[in-house]
Amino acid sequence: MKGLEELKDKIHEILPDLDLVIGWEQGYDGLHATPLFIKTPEDVDRLIIGPLCVHNLATYLPGLKDKKVGVIVKGCDSRAVIELLQEKLINKDNVVILGLTCDGVINLTKLGRKIGSLGAVDDVKVEGEKLNVVIGDQQHNIAFSEVKQDKCENCIYPNALVFDHFIGEPVDRVENVGAEHQSLSDFEGKSFDQRFAFWKHEMSRCIRCHACRNACPMCVCRDHCVAMTRNPHWLSQENNVAENWMFQMIHVMHLTGRCVECGECERACPMDIPLMLLRRQMNRGVREVFDYEAGIDAQNRPPLLTFKVEEDNISEREW
Amino acid sequence: MSQQKFLASQSIGSFLETLLREHRVLVPLCEGDSVVFRPFRKGGGLELTRMPTTSPKEATFPRVETLMSFTQKVSAPQEEDGGKERPEIELTEHLPQDSTVVFGSRPCGAKGKTIFSRVYDTEAVKDPYFIARRDNTLFISIACSAPETTCFCTSVGGGPADSTGSDILLIPVTDGFMAEAVTEAGAKLMESAFFDAGTQKAEEAQAVVERAETKLGQAQDFSNAREKLLKLFDNESFWEEMSAKCISCGTCTYLCPTCYCFNITDETAGNTGKRVRTWDNCMDYLFTLEASTHNPRSSKAKRLKNRVGHKFSYYPSLHEEHIACCGCGRCIKSCPAAVDIRQIVKSAQEYEDVNI
Ligand code: SF4
Ligand code: SF4
Ligand code: SF4
Ligand code: SF4
Repeated sequence: MKGLEELKDKIHEILPDLDLVIGWEQGYDGLHATPLFIKTPEDVDRLIIGPLCVHNLATYLPGLKDKKVGVIVKGCDSRAVIELLQEKLINKDNVVILGLTCDGVINLTKLGRKIGSLGAVDDVKVEGEKLNVVIGDQQHNIAFSEVKQDKCENCIYPNALVFDHFIGEPVDRVENVGAEHQSLSDFEGKSFDQRFAFWKHEMSRCIRCHACRNACPMCVCRDHCVAMTRNPHWLSQENNVAENWMFQMIHVMHLTGRCVECGECERACPMDIPLMLLRRQMNRGVREVFDYEAGIDAQNRPPLLTFKVEEDNISEREW
Repeated sequence: MSQQKFLASQSIGSFLETLLREHRVLVPLCEGDSVVFRPFRKGGGLELTRMPTTSPKEATFPRVETLMSFTQKVSAPQEEDGGKERPEIELTEHLPQDSTVVFGSRPCGAKGKTIFSRVYDTEAVKDPYFIARRDNTLFISIACSAPETTCFCTSVGGGPADSTGSDILLIPVTDGFMAEAVTEAGAKLMESAFFDAGTQKAEEAQAVVERAETKLGQAQDFSNAREKLLKLFDNESFWEEMSAKCISCGTCTYLCPTCYCFNITDETAGNTGKRVRTWDNCMDYLFTLEASTHNPRSSKAKRLKNRVGHKFSYYPSLHEEHIACCGCGRCIKSCPAAVDIRQIVKSAQEYEDVNI
């Protein structure tokens, strides 16, 4: 991500006409950025951009519908904005999009695997393709490519796809076109029993905190989620594998043709459950059946929000 | 201070195996990329260096607890009812019977239950489920030698070697731990031959604790937080600012060793069912949703105000100034938006009302 000064200038320029601009600032330690809600020119000084800026800030937009909001987006984040616009969940007249170009963001779980506990990190510096992590008197030099988020590994949309103001120079990632994430084929290579055992094990750790749901820019029901109803009683209060799994099925199903693969659900999960495997699987299905990818074209209709008498890839007559 | 004994790292597995004869033993284990408390198995691993992702709260206050189960039956036709059948309910109460040892919690995690003991074990109210578990659970805690950026135990009345809530405190030294009995039950466990009174590394242990205390730095002074937070109770814009980035999930609450709210529901299937008590989450919209559909905490700002206010203001007012937070930092570390409870309280303490 480049162009911090250009971005700051632009925010100073547009802030007088807006209620707020959402960006990132440094969090409580060298490893964490945190969302920043800019309301005054002084707030702009705290803005940062870079590989720590993991949060998809589009998540906050539906909750700020009655405000005039500026939002800073990476390529992947911009797809969520597009999807929200397509579904009329936000009003374009009230949103000013500041688009970035991105070289990937960090995955703290992967970094943790490399250096053990991240709890006492003093500082992190990005020097080109190297990440320098300082813990007390120890230094760890790690290739950034090894600790990028999965979505960054085969990203084909590094530049914001929708924007009012573009910051920096767009970059090319043509080499990734058509690449599916490796984890999907690896997982599919396993037998049904192995896959089922895998998910049973993963789901036994879920604490049903709903961070995966609330971090998702497309999960707009939030306080009125179907998983919380007592009547019909889709889910019990019990926190066990069956109920946790059912909740994930609800999430994935309700994201069919809407999930933009931003990875926020998995990043937000405090129990490090690899939720993206399920989302990638569903998105592959959507691609195969509907030739559709969510969050690319604001004029397009999500396949399950429209109706065709005869779908192109579903031969109902032969049923 | 009672006499310290040495527990060698290599004897821990065998020691825990002896405990298995009489107790359920919970230990921190790596599962996926997280560290969670799970039953110890013979020959199974342990994760004693990383801070556990979940807290050991589950040992005394489980996520899901069946209070009773019930079956509805129909009696044989009754003569006095004119040959009609009568519904009958068969109830079974499930009072906890287990005895548990938690091995490898941090001092802050063990302290957690002392916070809700003040609420669930009072003159007026006794929670038999919690009390049974608490009285049958022993905590063998490990003092912290490498505090994290999110740790602030010393600001809330604890410390890296605080023994409150523990039965035995272990201080890491070369090749093992110096063990100190905190309670009689702890002393009894330390009669085991795995604890060696001959090896003395008290000085090294002292140095480990001092280093950790230095690393934690200056404690934050929360003493006026109680009144400052109360003053801000009706200041909506303050709380909106504090909660702007919060996504109102359950991570902070469910990972917290000191959050103790619960829900009770009847979960039924056909003619049978159970009454379960499950953790509840004050950051959730449903927490205060009333049957009339009115919700006194309709926004995340109001909910976060409650979470912070309860811990740093309302609870201390009711319980001799004790803060209902043990400073473990889990809510900061695992928050998807990096919300920092220390910063919120500090902002409240530093808040200057321009209108006064
Ligand atoms: S974020 Fe993780 S732990 Fe929380 S409900 Fe989702 S899957 Fe479960
Ligand atoms: S389901 Fe996950 S990857 Fe898909 S849009 Fe929601 S947060 Fe992003
Ligand atoms: S403070 Fe963080 S963990 Fe707690 S509800 Fe808000 S977003 Fe979730
Ligand atoms: S409020 Fe946060 S820091 Fe305090 S005990 Fe709970 S999880 Fe730990």
